[in-house]
Amino acid sequence: MSTIPGELSYTKEHEWVAGLDDGLTVTVGITEYAAEALGDVVYVQVPEVGGTVAAGDAVGEVESTKSVSDIYSPVSGEVVETNQAVVDDPSLVNSDPYGEGWLFRIRIEADPTDLLTAEEYGTLTAGE
Amino acid sequence: MPRQTPLHEVHQSLGATLTDFAGWLMPLRYGSESAEHNTVRTDAGLFDLSHMGEIFVTGPQAGEALDYAFTGQLSTLAPGKARYTVICAPDGGVLDDVIIYRLTAEEFMVCANASNYPRVAAELADRAARFEAKVADRSEEYALIAIQGPRSQEILATLTDADLDGLKYYAGLPGVVAGAEALIARTGYTGEDGFELFIANAAAVPLWHALTAAGARPAGLSARDTLRLEAGMALYGNELTEEITPFDAGLGRVVKFDKPGDFIGRAALETKTEPRRRLVGLVARGRRVPRHGYPVVDASGAVVGEVTSGAPSQSLGKPIAMAYVQAEMPENGDLAVDIRGTREPVDVVDLPFYRRKK
Repeated sequence: MSTIPGELSYTKEHEWVAGLDDGLTVTVGITEYAAEALGDVVYVQVPEVGGTVAAGDAVGEVESTKSVSDIYSPVSGEVVETNQAVVDDPSLVNSDPYGEGWLFRIRIEADPTDLLTAEEYGTLTAGE
Repeated sequence: MPRQTPLHEVHQSLGATLTDFAGWLMPLRYGSESAEHNTVRTDAGLFDLSHMGEIFVTGPQAGEALDYAFTGQLSTLAPGKARYTVICAPDGGVLDDVIIYRLTAEEFMVCANASNYPRVAAELADRAARFEAKVADRSEEYALIAIQGPRSQEILATLTDADLDGLKYYAGLPGVVAGAEALIARTGYTGEDGFELFIANAAAVPLWHALTAAGARPAGLSARDTLRLEAGMALYGNELTEEITPFDAGLGRVVKFDKPGDFIGRAALETKTEPRRRLVGLVARGRRVPRHGYPVVDASGAVVGEVTSGAPSQSLGKPIAMAYVQAEMPENGDLAVDIRGTREPVDVVDLPFYRRKK
């Protein structure tokens, strides 16, 4: 079983969102469940800083030995920071998906309404 | 429901990620597939290949029957030796690529791909009917465990008295390994030295445990695929299909026109020795991976080929791929792969990508 931290929010596309309670900027990554399903991540493409994204947009990709998946922005807003460390060393997505493996930060315009709680995400992944 | 090999419970207990491959539930990886790949390159990896088929062809004319059924000349193979060959349709399309072991003067074993062996067995029965030879598909009786990597001989030697020094590449001999009767073959699909052990199903679990206790580490199909790709070896379904001739695939050397007698596919293949496409190796300059089915494009953007297999290469540190391109393509004409809408430049290289140090 993979870890699903209770304080984060999630999407059906297996992204996590942190920092919703702290104000305007949220951090986005992919879940441990997704990282385990992908296998060894070898390439991560993150969105460009300064770009505007809408919730549901494909904004990057994460590639493993066997497959490639789009990364969808869980929220709408402006990309304010990306994680160069994970671009340089994509294995951080596998080794620390909720920490050093974070992907990008977005300044949000409004609180998103359709994210999943940890419990809801757990139910989703248990059914897959 | 996919079929399970005799080692299924072992894979489960090891926490393997399982995948449906050719109708079999097989271990894709046990942990990190990159680590498993590197284990085979530097140490010794252990593969469950029990999904492969074992078809026996026996009788006084078994060799002649195989000469007629396959493109290669098997009747001249010495007992104890093995050969890579292909079986073609009458139009020259490849039905499967196999390794054939000559066990005795009148007994051969054909090791066929999981996805193809029922058809290969049926074709063989049909093609052998005119000869004094019998065909028996014994795939369900056999498990197959491969130990691959530079430490393979050292590890296997602790479990058998068989003369491994005397067993050369592409040879096979009967022996006892960890108490089990086995056909010990010095063959593989990884580009490394190693052995393939054909054993009765009941012997699979104890042999696996004996080999891991002796130092071999489990490796899954994901590592197997990146290993064979680096070694430039074809995978049926990717580089080889019924639409592909051996000449397209750069396997003209396995078509023996000078052997006596006819063989299925001969007439068609004699007209197809100069194919319009050829199989090439590609190395990506960037980090995105060309994958199966992606178009190969030239400088003008015109599609000139298609990727058959692609993966990140541990040994090169870059993505690699095999692709069919038009035969008249310039040797290195500013090619790119269209990776989901973006042109990613690639260099054409000779196969294989990786060759082990002797």
